[in-house]
Amino acid sequence: MKRFISFVKKEFYHVFRDDKTLLMLFGMPIVLILLFGFAVTNEIKNAQIVVCDYAKDPASQEIINKLSVNKSFHLKKALLNHSQIEEEFKKENIKLAIVFPTNFNEDLLHLNKAQIQIIADASDPNTATTLINRATAIIMDYQKQLTLNSNLPYNINPEIRMLYNPELKGATNFVPGIMALVLLLVCVLMTAVSIVREKENGTMEVLLVSPFNPFLVIISKALPFLILSLINLAIILVLSVTLLDTPIKGSILLLVAESTLLIICALSLGLLISNNTKSQQTAMLLSMMGMMLPTMLFTGFMFPLENMPVPLQVIANIFPSKWYYIIIKSIMIKGLGFSAIWKETLILLGTTALLLILSLKTFKKRLE
Amino acid sequence: MKDVELNNIVKTYNKGEIKAVNDVSFSVDKGELFGLIGADGAGKSSIFRILTTLLLPDSGTASVNGADVIKDYKLIRKNVGYMPGKFSLYQDLSVAENLNFFATVFNTTVSENYDLIKEIYIQLEPFKNRRAGKLSGGMKQKLALCCALIHRPTVLFLDEPTTGVDVVSRKEFWEMLKGLKQQGITILVSTPYMDEATLCERIALIQNGRLMTIDTPDNIVKQFPDSLYAVRADNMSKLQHILRNNQQIKSCFSFGDYHHITFQDDIAYSQNELIQTLQSANLKDIEIKHITPSIEDCFINLMN
Amino acid sequence: MIKEVVIKTDKLTKRFGDFIATNEITFEVYAGEIFGFLGANGAGKTTAMKMLCGLSRPSSGNATIAGFDIYKQTEQIKRNIGYMSQKFSLYEDLTVLENIQFFGGIYGLSDKQLKKKSNELIDILGLQKESKKLVASLPLGWKQKLAFSVAVLHEPKIVFLDEPTGGVDPIIRRQFWDLIYQAADKGITIFVTTHYMDEAEYCNRISIMVDGVIEALDSPINLKQQFTTSTIDEVFYKLARRAKRTENLK
Repeated sequence: MKRFISFVKKEFYHVFRDDKTLLMLFGMPIVLILLFGFAVTNEIKNAQIVVCDYAKDPASQEIINKLSVNKSFHLKKALLNHSQIEEEFKKENIKLAIVFPTNFNEDLLHLNKAQIQIIADASDPNTATTLINRATAIIMDYQKQLTLNSNLPYNINPEIRMLYNPELKGATNFVPGIMALVLLLVCVLMTAVSIVREKENGTMEVLLVSPFNPFLVIISKALPFLILSLINLAIILVLSVTLLDTPIKGSILLLVAESTLLIICALSLGLLISNNTKSQQTAMLLSMMGMMLPTMLFTGFMFPLENMPVPLQVIANIFPSKWYYIIIKSIMIKGLGFSAIWKETLILLGTTALLLILSLKTFKKRLE
Repeated sequence: MKDVELNNIVKTYNKGEIKAVNDVSFSVDKGELFGLIGADGAGKSSIFRILTTLLLPDSGTASVNGADVIKDYKLIRKNVGYMPGKFSLYQDLSVAENLNFFATVFNTTVSENYDLIKEIYIQLEPFKNRRAGKLSGGMKQKLALCCALIHRPTVLFLDEPTTGVDVVSRKEFWEMLKGLKQQGITILVSTPYMDEATLCERIALIQNGRLMTIDTPDNIVKQFPDSLYAVRADNMSKLQHILRNNQQIKSCFSFGDYHHITFQDDIAYSQNELIQTLQSANLKDIEIKHITPSIEDCFINLMN
Repeated sequence: MIKEVVIKTDKLTKRFGDFIATNEITFEVYAGEIFGFLGANGAGKTTAMKMLCGLSRPSSGNATIAGFDIYKQTEQIKRNIGYMSQKFSLYEDLTVLENIQFFGGIYGLSDKQLKKKSNELIDILGLQKESKKLVASLPLGWKQKLAFSVAVLHEPKIVFLDEPTGGVDPIIRRQFWDLIYQAADKGITIFVTTHYMDEAEYCNRISIMVDGVIEALDSPINLKQQFTTSTIDEVFYKLARRAKRTENLK
């Protein structure tokens, strides 16, 4: 046990003494989160919008005024009927359309409630959500004003329609995607590289010619990366909850458990790669090409899977990241429990077991 | 008692294309300082790796401490110390951290066997907090030796410990090995430097995977078949040219400031005849003397 | 007789922060000379050599290589020198002929020259059978000989050799030196570092560096007289033992 601890300690020294490793380990998730979420969504100014005002009454006019003076929006034009809206969207020069039904003001004053329709181009989900939130805020602001003035509970009910991407894939979805990416990258790449580095330096030879069990070498290499990955996971979650308002609706415990499964899967893959490579560069290239690229492509968080040709969709099934992505999305965003994701978990478990057996089988206790 | 034994070991790479070790047999006595002398690519490292259980031989048997290198590899790994060709240290760990780490890997502590490495470690002590990567070649070599010794191995395998290290450090290193030998450790060392051969008790000269000879350095020198002469003159390259084209001369190789030659028939008059030939070729300051061959002379002779 | 100077340094210095790797070295090397550049590990040999090849900019001091300024004319310097080290020499995955043609091409030899030269070279080295084989399949000693021949293919004024014979067997080592002599006879200046002290004896003059400073510079015979020893090995040992900084400043 003492040997094992001293080995693990040594691995931590390696990580903390190498600036590049540290940067990759902890800098990357932060950069990714900021890049995908924060930086992209927050800088929206003068988004082109159109209104289609069937009501043409004081209430609708007031809201349109408020919208047009807001810095986020630029009122492009007022349209006469619904069919034009679709055209404008297709020309791709508007982001949002707001439709006031006839009798908007009357409904509001007499029934105390009225409908308003907000249509957004959801092909860019981040922007769409932000714009809808801002438009809704303006409308709610007006509603509050009315209520204050008259002491009656007025209620404007915005009906939101998403065009092109009704499920808003991507908006909150990139967080699970980044989790998959970071965990895979850290575990596969770092494990592979750190084992191959010992081969390159010749220290592996010395370790093999020692009573230390070769399998313990592997486990003690894997453990620090497991721990570091969990820390990374926490960082990503904290960042996405605080900075990006991503919800964690389901059980955090389940989330961590599933993530640990992916980490073990990735560690086995890293080991498999290191067994079959001799130089750090090859290991790095193999991890990048073999893991990073497919994760970006086939997970579905950057490019919707259903838009891909069928053969690619079939290929996507091989990659554990796809299943992990589905699992995490279900837990985080939909708030589902284990009963909803047991199938995916089973697939992930199977892949992990296969990779683990394969990597332990190919592990060499000699040099060849 | 034999501590290391090899019988007809063969090792090939690339599916038999490259024969790295070709039918090699030798044995090393307990407590002996044994040297494997040969150029890069001669097969030294392959032999070391077979003995340290890192490679499997294609055929033949080998044992260390009486344990078979294939069957009892776990036993061997417990008892031997190994220093691979390049100093295998963790560059990003300090001197002390490296030593402690290897001690724990071998299930021991630095204090337990400190007496063994004390002489060597004292020189490293002032830099014990320095990262191994920042040490000079000579210091790395000493640290690697300490790490290989920390579990008090019965047999120590040193694969080219002096390659790339300067003369001063090399001399110190051999002094250390003598000290270790006195502690009863069997030492197998390989080197491409012929001048280090004489520092071993017995040596094997190896070329292209084959052993050319195994004996004590003295005996190998005694077995040199011809009388060897050292010649020099004011113009060494002209001298060499003349010597090489002289029918009476069997071999001629430069050794520093002399050319070493042997005569075809090994008859005394050839010597005087040669001086005359050289004088008539306008060479001056001619000096010719009978010398004892060095290991390098023997090596070259065996290669032909 | 006035000898033509091909390397001339004047207080050439390289600092890395507080550490002075090469400290005001001043020396001259003459055309056609075999100059041995010796020193213990960490004495500053490699740093000095890099500056002379135009690969590293000096911190202070001056030097001219083949008449070109070491600061301003590094491109011209590179065109007039050859370089070979123990580590990098040839492309292992190209054949002997492809290597010769590639390096010849780099130095701007015409197709006609290249063809003539590569045939000559292969004849001299006796590599007729191997000319279409990958360099990786050659024994180390042959690779080193080929690498040297390639380094002097464009008949540079000076060729820099960084431990060219490390780990090579005794016969090939001597054949290698035969090649060096042949090149020197053609007027190519040889600047060589080595760990084998007998090779130092083959040089016309040698310098011994200790702690970044050239402590001795003369012909082997004169150095042995000066230090009253019988071998260069002992001269080197006497000087290198004085080194203090190996650990303290590195």
